[in-house]
Amino acid sequence: MNFITIDKKDWAPGIDQSRQTFRVYGPVEDENGCQIKPLAPDTPPKMDAAVTVMSAKSVLFPQTEKILTATLDESKQDHHVMKPVETDDMPRVVLGIRPYDAKAMHLVKLNFDNPDYKDPYWCAAYDATTFVGLGVTRPGPCDFSTAAGCGPFSEEGLDVLMADMDDTYLAKILTEKGEKWAAACGFDTVADPKESQVLFDVLRKEAEKQIQADVNTDKLAGKTILDLYDAPFWDEVAFSCINCGTCTYVCPTCWCFDIQDETRHNTAVRFRNWDTCMSPLFTHHASGHNPRGTKVQRVRQRFMHKLKYFLDKYDQGIMCVGCGRCVASCPVNIDIREVCNRMNDYETTK
Amino acid sequence: MENPYLPYPVRIDDIEVATEDKSLKTFTFVFVNPADEEKFAYKAGQFAELSIPGVGEIPIGIASSPVEKGFVKFTVFRTGVVTSHLHNMKKGDLMGIRGPLGNWYPWDKLENKNVVIIGGGFAFTTLRSSIVYMLDPANRKKFKNIDVVYGARSPGMLLYREELFDWEKRDDINMHITVDGTDDPNWKYHTGFVPQIVEQNAPQADEDTYAIVCGPPIMIKFTQPALTKLGYQPHQIIMSLENRMKCGIGMCGRCNIGKELVCKDGPVFTLEEINQTPKEY
Repeated sequence: MNFITIDKKDWAPGIDQSRQTFRVYGPVEDENGCQIKPLAPDTPPKMDAAVTVMSAKSVLFPQTEKILTATLDESKQDHHVMKPVETDDMPRVVLGIRPYDAKAMHLVKLNFDNPDYKDPYWCAAYDATTFVGLGVTRPGPCDFSTAAGCGPFSEEGLDVLMADMDDTYLAKILTEKGEKWAAACGFDTVADPKESQVLFDVLRKEAEKQIQADVNTDKLAGKTILDLYDAPFWDEVAFSCINCGTCTYVCPTCWCFDIQDETRHNTAVRFRNWDTCMSPLFTHHASGHNPRGTKVQRVRQRFMHKLKYFLDKYDQGIMCVGCGRCVASCPVNIDIREVCNRMNDYETTK
Repeated sequence: MENPYLPYPVRIDDIEVATEDKSLKTFTFVFVNPADEEKFAYKAGQFAELSIPGVGEIPIGIASSPVEKGFVKFTVFRTGVVTSHLHNMKKGDLMGIRGPLGNWYPWDKLENKNVVIIGGGFAFTTLRSSIVYMLDPANRKKFKNIDVVYGARSPGMLLYREELFDWEKRDDINMHITVDGTDDPNWKYHTGFVPQIVEQNAPQADEDTYAIVCGPPIMIKFTQPALTKLGYQPHQIIMSLENRMKCGIGMCGRCNIGKELVCKDGPVFTLEEINQTPKEY
């Protein structure tokens, strides 16, 4: 099975049928705008939403997550011995994820699942999750995904890619996980693969044409870290930044986290929380010394990490999928597209 | 799947006040489950996260040596939330250790070489681990001359004093102990700052000589020119860095210097490597 057609009349009943096997996530409108959240029964995903305010990363990497716990009650034999918390590894599906958010999962995977260490929480969530994407037919004004090695119909990181055909979804099944999801929903109307691929290609080209971003990354790899780090434009880039960290929270590829302990009565819990390189505390030593104590150092860190350090470390392109959320959300209009071009065009005079 | 965040349970077996101002204490831990000691097999230069349930974790260099069995030792400066809590704990208390973490001094590369160890203040912990390792009868013949320059503010601020004075009496290691100043008329070692003692006493560089430097930033800053004067090339100067850390396994993102993560790609780097990265440490 390669392509299937899903009649929109069957969509909601199919999703409900899949709930026996899957916990269902999807875009829903709430007081904070459109978000990817667990879908309550009878709540259909808002598939026609434009970009969600936050990315889908929290499905695998919650903003706050308990990781370990211990009892401090000394009458218990295992007191002060930390243990992993029980995690819910029930299969889950994210409906309507956009291709750039799915590709971001692959980039984040390089951090959480590497030859030296595996983050058991992220990896278990990743293994349990099926990503059912929806191609972007009307890219937003900040979308520059085509310039970031992704695109409105990119398949990377997805298990199913769907295209909205008005009365139906045309779905391309990309993985075994995707097959299992379609089966659980009872979606089995096979579509002609050749014709379907042609339709996909037409939609993809139409969508790509609408993305106007002129962002170039081709010369980043050829520059040295120190040349870019010492480039003269960082003060100007950082000038208006208020270090609010919004760019890092909305970013689908920002993975930095903090670890904190809390105690309530006799129970100690160790959490991990999203952190942000925009915060001075992020790198503040206990001695008071801070290697990134000034705003410009922190702003530079964020762009250098995404557009140079990551590129050099993994050789998998930049750590950005071009979703444009940071551009749209920045309260002072700092634009990663401009910064990327400045870095790409920078020639040292040395 | 192994959980790299899960500490091994340990019991505090001994606590020793390490300096006259009581700001440093040396903690000896034994593993609650003896099998964990083997899993914690480490090399001199590595660090671990000391983990107190409900309080937090701190990355600390391992001060005991791989050749010392049955326990692990850490010397801890009281400065933040976790270290202050630790300083108030007592023998027999239970907590955790997570590691070993990071890389180590390049012991393979240092074989058949002269090794100069330069340390200052309380950054002498992994250097102590290294010296004990090199002086072990099974290992001493693997190295040529060993010189140690170690300095602190005053005699009472030197770590591991008894061991230092024992090493001083041996003929297979050249100790150059120094203090910034002292009013003790019986002080029989050097007086002066580490960089100056290095310049006056460390051996001239040749192809077969490597320096390991660990100390406060100000000492490192002024020791580099002294070593350069003695002919040491950047690839012959080995340093151990520290940065704020949380995970210790290269995932949480805060300890980087350029693309290198101090916790995982380091903490040990050569000056040649450090010269290629932003100086964000």
